[in-house]
Amino acid sequence: MYTFSNKLKTFAFVLMALGLMGIAYGFLSAPKTTQDVEKILAESHHGGHHAEATTHDAHAAAPAAEEHNAEKEVDAKLEAIAHEAKTHEVAADSVHKTETDSTHAAAPVAEEEHHEAHAATAETHEVDAHKEHQEHLEHVLHQLQNKPWAALYVACIFFLLISVGVLAFYAIQWAAQAGWSPVLFRVMEGITAYLLPGSIIFIVLLVACGMHMNHLFVWMGEGVTDPASPNYDAIIAGKSGFLNVPFFLGRAVVFLAGWNLYRYLSRKNSLAQDNASDDSFYKKNFKMAAGFLAFFIVTESIASWDWVMSVDPHWYSTLFGWYVFASFFVSGITTIAFVTLYLKSKGYLEYVNTSHIHDLAKFMFGISVFWTYLWFSQFMLMWYSNIPEEVTYFVTRIEHFKLPFFGMVVLNFVLPILILINTDFKRLTWIIVMAGIIILTGHYIDFFNMIMPATVGDQWFIGAAELGALAFFLGLFILVVFTALTKAPLLAKRNPLIEESKHFHY
Amino acid sequence: MSTNKVIHAIYTDDDVLMDAVKATRAAHHHIEEVYTPFPVHGLDKAMGLAPTRIAIASFIYGCIGLTVAANLLNYIMILDWPQDIGGKPSFAFYQNMPAFVPVMFELTVFFAAHLMVITFYLRSKLWPFKSAENPDVRTTDDHFLMEVAVSGNEDDMVSFFKNTGAVEVKVIDKH
Repeated sequence: MYTFSNKLKTFAFVLMALGLMGIAYGFLSAPKTTQDVEKILAESHHGGHHAEATTHDAHAAAPAAEEHNAEKEVDAKLEAIAHEAKTHEVAADSVHKTETDSTHAAAPVAEEEHHEAHAATAETHEVDAHKEHQEHLEHVLHQLQNKPWAALYVACIFFLLISVGVLAFYAIQWAAQAGWSPVLFRVMEGITAYLLPGSIIFIVLLVACGMHMNHLFVWMGEGVTDPASPNYDAIIAGKSGFLNVPFFLGRAVVFLAGWNLYRYLSRKNSLAQDNASDDSFYKKNFKMAAGFLAFFIVTESIASWDWVMSVDPHWYSTLFGWYVFASFFVSGITTIAFVTLYLKSKGYLEYVNTSHIHDLAKFMFGISVFWTYLWFSQFMLMWYSNIPEEVTYFVTRIEHFKLPFFGMVVLNFVLPILILINTDFKRLTWIIVMAGIIILTGHYIDFFNMIMPATVGDQWFIGAAELGALAFFLGLFILVVFTALTKAPLLAKRNPLIEESKHFHY
Repeated sequence: MSTNKVIHAIYTDDDVLMDAVKATRAAHHHIEEVYTPFPVHGLDKAMGLAPTRIAIASFIYGCIGLTVAANLLNYIMILDWPQDIGGKPSFAFYQNMPAFVPVMFELTVFFAAHLMVITFYLRSKLWPFKSAENPDVRTTDDHFLMEVAVSGNEDDMVSFFKNTGAVEVKVIDKH
């Protein structure tokens, strides 16, 4: 039996306390009115302006948003054409000049009238500018008010989906009758214990969104589906058959209840198999795992549209469900490797050898590549066809999230592929830990990139609110997972494949 | 004193063969070669063979393939004739990079796979019309053969291999 070390428990509580402070700070420092926003913008004006200039420069470097800026960058080879264009411009100018001159000469009486009209236009311009400014302030206010919510949402869904990823991996091991993994079943069951508290917090967050406590989901906004409202959005209204709050919350409850039910029953059967006299619980779990996987692949896909894609309700992508799945699946496998290595280092997992670790590392490597394949397929298809209604998704990300957007490809693909390609490296604890930290960081940023551009836009920052939410959920995750690990022996006893797993050698 | 004599010990079971290989190594006889009809798991380790480096070679070939593909596309699409084809930006390599990735990926795999296979053929001296080297035709069907260089007392060695479970022990003059 595993005993939860006091040090780790204290660490988890400290993380949660610090995290709560960060979350509270995030909510308290969010602006309440447009006046506050004006102040914030005035304070950061110089810096903001500067940043804008850099993004503008950088914009030209973006592979997906090149069109206009690239055209402006006159290449040496295009200089001749440009020169020709200039001549045309000069010619056009001279024509324009003569025209204006003649108008002036012909109508001196009209000049005063013209002047008056000009003044009037200037006035309307001023009014328009003021209105525009107010609208801009409101826009920024919503983004800044979303910031602590979005930070909470990203951290919450990230840890929830890690436990879901582990559950999917666990079900696959049962359904595939894998001979290597049964010694790790209790570790996986321990990690999936986070599913229940994680889903409850997540449901609470979704209900808060549905009750208009934030603006995370644009389609939940008031008047969006009402043609008489100034907020009316015909595209969203057309999707309201699917995107409406009661149906949305109902779906979320059904999905999470289904996953939690499988987790609860499979854990119960797995423990019952320890003291059974035959393999009936094993067979039950095998059938249940197959059923769960069929249920899971459908619900996971819909859940990814609901919880992640619907923050951008004007945009859609067909492989999105797979993409989100790959992201949290690899994070889940990495988490299994982490908890296994930790317990092994404390001497709790007698039968886990480097071959088991090697297998987990191969999965980390393979699914990282699979994630990249989906990321690139989604990006490249939209970049290539460049259809405005879908490419805006990547244009905003490349313009405002350049470092996280491309940085995560380095973290999730380039570094894992270079570190984990070597067979000997896949057996070394410190290599797995290093690669695992890189992968988990990369996939947190992946979820950050999926949620933030639609909710906070260019007001994003990884600061106290984001790190606080991350720390809080990490602390909770550690607390729940390691408490669950103390509840049962770490080696399944009567599993028919356990002997093979104990002697697994690659 | 060195002779050209070798002992051919023939086995009919891979487990017996594995034990024989271990015993032979423990007795410090030099195993020249082992012929088996199928891969015997762990035989290379029991014989003390050095691990293969073909994966390292393959990685290097893959890097070469990636370099070839990137330079090929950069020269053709960006440097030599940067046409505007359907609005794709051909001002710099990175601007049009996503469109090159499928080719770069395939050429990386192509180089890594094919050059590795050719390396394997060269290193194991395999080619069409090569004359087969198996000393006993039964080794391709259901028999295992261990070839050990004779050193010292020949009769002692023969009885040693008889004791390892060999169904047949022959002393052969090799040229």
